[in-house]
Amino acid sequence: MNTSKRQFLGRTLGVSAGMAITALLGSTRALASVEDVQKAIAEFTGGKAPAEGVVTLTTPEIAENGNSVPVSVSVESPMSEDDYVESVMILAEDNPSALVATFHFTPASGEAVASTRMRLARTQNVLAVAKMSNGDVYSATNNIKVTIGGCGG
Amino acid sequence: MMTRRDFLQFASVTAALTGFGGGLSRVAAQQSLTQDDLLSFDAKGQITLLHITDLHAQLKPVYFRPPSENIGVGAYAGIPPHLVGEQFLAHFGLTRGSALSYAHTMVDYVDMARAYGRLGGLDRTATLIKSIRAERGDDKVLLLDGGDTWQGSYTALQTNAQDMVDCMALLKPDAMVGHWEFTLGEDRVLEIIDSLDYPFLASNIVDNDWEEPVFESTSMRDVGGASVAIIGQAMPYTPIANPRWMFPGWSFGLRTELLQQNVNAARDAGAEVVVLLSHNGFDVDRKLAADISGIDVILTGHTHDAIPKAISVGNTLVLASGSHGKFLGRVDLEVKNGKVVDFNSTLIPVFSDVITPDVEMKAQIDRVRAPFEEEANRVIGKTESLLYRRGNFNGTWDDLICEGMMEKRDAQLSLSPGFRWGTTNLPGDDITIDDLYNQTAMSYPSVYRLEFTGAQLHDILEDVCDNLFNKDPYFQQGGDMVRVGGMGYTCDPEGSMGSRISDMTLLESGEPIDASRSYVVAGWASVNEGVEGPAIYDLMEEYISEKEVINIQKNDAVKLKNS
Repeated sequence: MNTSKRQFLGRTLGVSAGMAITALLGSTRALASVEDVQKAIAEFTGGKAPAEGVVTLTTPEIAENGNSVPVSVSVESPMSEDDYVESVMILAEDNPSALVATFHFTPASGEAVASTRMRLARTQNVLAVAKMSNGDVYSATNNIKVTIGGCGG
Repeated sequence: MMTRRDFLQFASVTAALTGFGGGLSRVAAQQSLTQDDLLSFDAKGQITLLHITDLHAQLKPVYFRPPSENIGVGAYAGIPPHLVGEQFLAHFGLTRGSALSYAHTMVDYVDMARAYGRLGGLDRTATLIKSIRAERGDDKVLLLDGGDTWQGSYTALQTNAQDMVDCMALLKPDAMVGHWEFTLGEDRVLEIIDSLDYPFLASNIVDNDWEEPVFESTSMRDVGGASVAIIGQAMPYTPIANPRWMFPGWSFGLRTELLQQNVNAARDAGAEVVVLLSHNGFDVDRKLAADISGIDVILTGHTHDAIPKAISVGNTLVLASGSHGKFLGRVDLEVKNGKVVDFNSTLIPVFSDVITPDVEMKAQIDRVRAPFEEEANRVIGKTESLLYRRGNFNGTWDDLICEGMMEKRDAQLSLSPGFRWGTTNLPGDDITIDDLYNQTAMSYPSVYRLEFTGAQLHDILEDVCDNLFNKDPYFQQGGDMVRVGGMGYTCDPEGSMGSRISDMTLLESGEPIDASRSYVVAGWASVNEGVEGPAIYDLMEEYISEKEVINIQKNDAVKLKNS
């Protein structure tokens, strides 16, 4: 993978190589309702409704620790000068602040792959929305369960 | 050890004494039971897989009453393993009163238990395994241990599982996986694994920092001239169902993508047969068999289901070999041109009275138990009623534990986890330290006393209920419903999260549980760190000793809706 030293700085925040970070946990903007989440997606995509596919979102079925839930996203793309993934936004629908992170890529990223950890307030949908250089948008949604604590036997 | 003649007398005399209806035909059925019959099998091909799972540290033969409820939901309703009693007998064509009927169902349980005796005992299992290895040839047989082997008895608790490790070593397993093993703590688990002559496999455990594999995922073996890959899968929800703080560095989960990668890697490395040794639970593995391509056989455990033969899901065979040493699972495979072309499978019920114990294993069991034998056999009380645990909503052992916690901790309500391990005492039996610890032996035994609001209690019940009855098996954790003392409720298993539990009622007064009111609750096996309170086994020893004679009445505090 072709990764510059500058881009590698992202790793200190627990993000895998290949991108720079513009937003992480702790955004002051509260997204409390479905409408707000929809609005945030619309702003990101320029109003275009995301299609399914292309984006692979990997999360646990059930969170082991709601305070630190691993999330990985990868987007199929040749990552060439005229066809690459520009950015991927991750949202947790029912968090007090829904925006988890936005990852930006360039053709030099080599591949559009990123992972980080997020805090989840409760069981909810997590979305990844990818914006391609040609303006196409794709998304994937996973439901992640946050339990009180089980009795497995 | 009883001779065959003794056994026959025992069986028929008991049948006469208990007025066992159906008489002669049942006695005749029992008379057909011999070690050779148990071993009789139409062997196939060049590979034999033997599977033991969820032994829960039971070295000696046990009574284990199969459940009266084992409800499946959604697409999994009414199909194995979600069949009990007469439905189970009808589905598998078993005759009521037969040896297999007793091994697999609770129909006529007490009479049948008195007639057929206990099942299991690792010395009996050793005899079966040695006999199959001798018949087939060592190079054609793999013995695979599905986990939950190192926890569940007085002696395992006292020795930090060394008793089980020493006895299992004699069986020479080819691989194992884990679940309750992890409740020994990271250090002890790694210490034991270092001492094993066989691999401890886990495709789905990664370290929390870098998400890199902690254990080997796969063991490649040459069996009967064919290349066999064994891939291991630990209980995916161990850090949720059990205390995560005991193994803080490890992350589990289903990790289906990783599993598919490991299956593909095994195939690329030349595996002609891929076996998944799994502690996922039956419905999870039924779904997994359809989702993952390239697995020939799943040897499944965790949910303690015993199904007489392997079930086919597409091209995958799924064999569920029960628990507590009651059964030895066997799958034979014929491989031609890198493909499984024929198979046969069975669960061998380990009828302890008709199998000659293996001398070497018997001596080892006696040796590991010797320092504890006197204490383990100490009688603390007697029961007039049947004591068992297994069932979706309650069992009489947990009714007793709930009663004991409420009284000894002066609580209005009590909560006891829906564990599926724990053996059975027949009416009239003494209750020994062994019996008590078979229900309670674990490493986080403190009995807490806390106040919960009615709303919190509702949340807890809904949460656990969703772990049991989520229509997507990938969200099922494999335990039964939390047992509740002092409170009744209605459950709708087919409902969705948040809507299954209704009519919560304080049994003492008959009043509805008030969402905003606080109730004093006693409970055990909290997954939180630093829980304070007496150990459940000490509390219950005191309670049973004081009561002297136990008699648990039928519990109908939980009502079912739509099921």
